[in-house]
Amino acid sequence: MSQVPLNHILIVSTALFFIGMYGLFTRRNMITMLMSVELILNSVNINFVAFNKYLYPGRLEGVFFTLFIIAIAAAEAAVAIAIIINLYRNFRSIDVEDADEMKF
Amino acid sequence: MSASAVVFYLLSIFILTTGLLAVTSRKIFRSAIWLLFSLTGIAGLYFWLQMEFIAAVQIVVYVGGIVVLIIFSIFLTQQSGKDLPAPVRGRAVVSALVLGVGFVLTCLLLRQYVFRPSGHLADASVGNIGAQLLSTTEHGYVLPFEVISILLLAAMIGCIVIAIKVKPEDK
Repeated sequence: MSQVPLNHILIVSTALFFIGMYGLFTRRNMITMLMSVELILNSVNINFVAFNKYLYPGRLEGVFFTLFIIAIAAAEAAVAIAIIINLYRNFRSIDVEDADEMKF
Repeated sequence: MSASAVVFYLLSIFILTTGLLAVTSRKIFRSAIWLLFSLTGIAGLYFWLQMEFIAAVQIVVYVGGIVVLIIFSIFLTQQSGKDLPAPVRGRAVVSALVLGVGFVLTCLLLRQYVFRPSGHLADASVGNIGAQLLSTTEHGYVLPFEVISILLLAAMIGCIVIAIKVKPEDK
């Protein structure tokens, strides 16, 4: 583990974050956008664990933040999928361009 | 280069390739499966960092829970054999350019910064994590733990309220 500098792990998580952002920008399907959000959250988790392991090995803060982020991501995915399925029931489509009922 | 470093670079290539395929694949079901591979690779990265508990949580919650939920919702809402519409070309090009510039900028900043490790090694075993999570002393995390519990309860109630079927005469 100690042979790899921390910067390389951070570059991997940065790349994963920007891949998630690319998906969020280009996809118009709500489920695929949700997948991109999951990738972004995972890149943040990698950062927390790596910082904890390399810079503050005597503490466990990074572990707790990762656990809380995973719990919040699970709750977020559940609520988002409930909303998506309800939207599909009403509009027969989960494309974000079709859900414009509340647009002014 | 030692074996450990080789494992790290292989894992990162795996994570990034499958992540990229997950956001660019035109078949939505394949996209979900690529996401599953990417999340499993991230669990492998946690194993590599010797955070076994986080890796186990990652596999149980993400791979076992969220991806299955996503696949279920794909089956409920989509003809999964059909191709997704291609992204608008201009938008894809502009966002790839912008994000590429952002990535290069972040990498340059990361290369300049020097990180200084501190402290001694802690015991990241499951018992220690649980004890600190539920302790009420100075470095205890019992309050955020309870807040997360309330959040999960609220999310559960919210899902039921959103997904509940309204009878036609009540509308």
